[in-house]
Amino acid sequence: MAFDHIEEASRRTFLKVSAAAGGGMLMTFSVPMTAEAATAADSGPNDLTLNAYVKIAPSGKITIMAKNPECGQGIKTMLPMLIAEELDVDWADINIQQSPVDATKYGSQVAGGSFATPTHWVPIRQVGAAGKQMFVTAAAQTWSCPEGECRATLSKVEHMPTGRKLDYGKLAAKACSLPPPDLKTVVLKDAKDYRIIGKWTTGVDNQKLVTGQKLFGIDVVVPGMKYAVYEKCAVFGGKVKSANVDDIKKLKGVTDCFVVEGQSTDLMGLAPGVAIVGDNWWVINKARENLKIEWDEIGKGDQSSEKFAATAKTLAPKTPANSIRKDGDSAAALKGAAKTVEAYYSYPFLSHANLEPQNCTAHFKDGKMEMWAPSQNPQPGKTLVAKTLGMPEADVTVHLTRMGGGFGRRLMNEYMVEAAWISRVVKAPVKLVWNRADDMAHDPYRPGGFHAFKGGVDAKGNLVALEDHFISYGEGDKYLSAANMTNGEFPARFVKDLTFGSTNMPGGMPTGPMRAPTSNAMSFVFQSFLDEMAHAGGRDPLEFRLEILNRPMIPNPPPPARPGGAPGGGGPGFGGPGFVPERMIGVLQLVAEKSDWKNRDKLPKGRGKGIASYFSHQGYFAEVVDASVDKEGQITVHKVWVVGDVGGQIINPSGAENQVQGSAIDGISQALYGEITFDKGRTVQSNFHDYPLLRMNEAPETEVHFLLSKNSPTGLGEPALPPVIPALCNAIFQATGKRIRSLPIKPEMLTA
Amino acid sequence: MAFKIKVNGKTRTADVDPDMPLLWVLRDELDVKGPKFGCGAGLCGACTVHLDGKAVRSCQTPISAVGAKSVTTIEGLAAVSPAGRKLQAAWIAVDVPQCGYCQAGQIMQAADLLAAKPKPTDADINSAMKGNICRCATYTRIRHAIKVAAGLATA
Repeated sequence: MAFDHIEEASRRTFLKVSAAAGGGMLMTFSVPMTAEAATAADSGPNDLTLNAYVKIAPSGKITIMAKNPECGQGIKTMLPMLIAEELDVDWADINIQQSPVDATKYGSQVAGGSFATPTHWVPIRQVGAAGKQMFVTAAAQTWSCPEGECRATLSKVEHMPTGRKLDYGKLAAKACSLPPPDLKTVVLKDAKDYRIIGKWTTGVDNQKLVTGQKLFGIDVVVPGMKYAVYEKCAVFGGKVKSANVDDIKKLKGVTDCFVVEGQSTDLMGLAPGVAIVGDNWWVINKARENLKIEWDEIGKGDQSSEKFAATAKTLAPKTPANSIRKDGDSAAALKGAAKTVEAYYSYPFLSHANLEPQNCTAHFKDGKMEMWAPSQNPQPGKTLVAKTLGMPEADVTVHLTRMGGGFGRRLMNEYMVEAAWISRVVKAPVKLVWNRADDMAHDPYRPGGFHAFKGGVDAKGNLVALEDHFISYGEGDKYLSAANMTNGEFPARFVKDLTFGSTNMPGGMPTGPMRAPTSNAMSFVFQSFLDEMAHAGGRDPLEFRLEILNRPMIPNPPPPARPGGAPGGGGPGFGGPGFVPERMIGVLQLVAEKSDWKNRDKLPKGRGKGIASYFSHQGYFAEVVDASVDKEGQITVHKVWVVGDVGGQIINPSGAENQVQGSAIDGISQALYGEITFDKGRTVQSNFHDYPLLRMNEAPETEVHFLLSKNSPTGLGEPALPPVIPALCNAIFQATGKRIRSLPIKPEMLTA
Repeated sequence: MAFKIKVNGKTRTADVDPDMPLLWVLRDELDVKGPKFGCGAGLCGACTVHLDGKAVRSCQTPISAVGAKSVTTIEGLAAVSPAGRKLQAAWIAVDVPQCGYCQAGQIMQAADLLAAKPKPTDADINSAMKGNICRCATYTRIRHAIKVAAGLATA
């Protein structure tokens, strides 16, 4: 999905206006999310492409259908703000409903990739402005006056010469009989006239959240519902040879227990396992202690993190199997460099660790499946259910629930197909809930990886050569999901002698995108190694980066014929196309100013500041971390300064700041604690005692600034995370002289 | 075994195993969904409720240990706790939640804190709140909202 197409998409937005059932006006419209969708819709508007709606009731109440899943990114608040602004209504009159999952009606319904802001910014406002225009026309016709004498504001049209006013609700019946204006011709508000956009707007579900109302998937109740647990092989995709299901069935509170044959090839599909069903989740989860299952570990029972690390180490000095990028002659440039540095970096697998464990409620009845799914990506889930159960997709209905965290985890939908299968077997509505250990053991993990770097600086200390041999997971040149690397990783395009290559190791674990996929790892290794090179060249790390960014850019090679990774996995495009060096220079300079970078040498012994920047999801972020390390190697993160350039308008300052603060602390949590390891083919970690998340007492102060540039707004769910990790590692180097080349940062790395 | 417990001011009965944690009695037997399941091991605090006004992890509290103590969940907090009402208002004004899943537990824990220390210091907040994980890492705003509720800051 390239961003070049977004403007194109905005020109292909269609609006249809009709009378609403029960009175009032209904505006349905389409926002093509992808170039493909835009092309498909090119023939003209039809019901199939109209994927969102706004209803203006005669009472003046306005209902906006929120089509995208809400996982904490604030989309349910942000998109309606755009419509309400241009429609010119009172935010207090807005009621927001979550739409069901229906590709034919709502088009793409995904929470991922930070795409919602850039793709909706223009078209959604055009729709609002078109609605406002229609109310003005309706009022002018009612008063038999020229439209120029009317103006609309806050759900009313006023006849300026006489001061007469008509509410939108009263005008709705007339307005919906008018032809909608051409969206290309509607006039959008000047930013200075905004009443809603740019104003601190609190989340639309806050009241419900703070009073404990049922919003989440795990809260769903269907009459007659049973609970289910599903035990899968700890070795990914392992098959059930035998299980004592008859013993389990006899246990009190268990109504059913059976083997699901499943399949072993798609780890995000219906994996083999044993289901236990009953009337109380705790009872059936406890019944699992009595399960005796003989598993076929399908030859994967000897995989371990230790072995992967050892293999990577032997591969690193060899010639990469795959070429990712080759500019000039890096070997010759290294030979000619005044100083060279070699360094070997690694980072671990990570679990998404959504606080709400994976769950789904399914009700199979009369050949049809009704589901309630906390999914970021429900449409493929629907397809997966239909395909696995051999049903027509039209017979699967999916309701969206709020999600207790997404972070990319819920782009996968295996919990949906598990719930669906179990419901069909027991012929009852079933709520499947994973326990924490299930969630930790069966995650589409953020893939680990290894990088062998060689870099060279010239006599002035400027970077003149760079080589990276990336050791990842996959087969040949096909990477596991989100285990790939783009050819545009900075400083690619700025160093004329540069080589990126990769070698893949087979890995039998599930992997997938996690918040800022690929970028969350690449930022650590590249921004840390750049810091090493700056020090090798005797240069200030900020000045070193600015010198690189001021060089002429080398064009990107065409994307590889077979890009690795899965949807959302950050394929070519995240690191390269669209990158404007001036924007990165801007955020670097501003973060240096805000964090008093130039005086960092005056910090006490054992305390340091580090800087890093990263471009992902069209967002430019530069961050400085202030951290100290004590004699025991314990790290205290005092403060993080974040400067982001995500365009000229922050739509919801509250949501924006919250996302950025959360991203920064999330990144620090990963750097300090995040580590999933494998042993005997299994995930070692099982809960928050051995997979810790950062807590209140460790959370640093975060100071957030947005550099408003003359660009369209882009998304904020992801791009603030990647730079904080290397900024912390670089601060630790400044504080201790010890270079962090492996995550998570462990105290023993700092005491040795 | 039949247990009678007082939940949010009402007497409720549940015929369950004495070992069953209060969390699952509330969620699956009594349809009180405010307390959330996060870890099942007392590590995350999402299940926090009050027993006679004191914060406990309901996933670690067997029903048999509840006895005559009053159980208050996020659903019933406003009715019995002035500090709770202030916290809920502050949570909305500060716009704390992202996904929101942990926030009921955070508010229950914070209400316990403010009952004991109406004007908490940062150290008090750290020590009271460090058992509650927020995966979205809204800690900055949680801290701020507690101070707003305590009258130590403005939203």
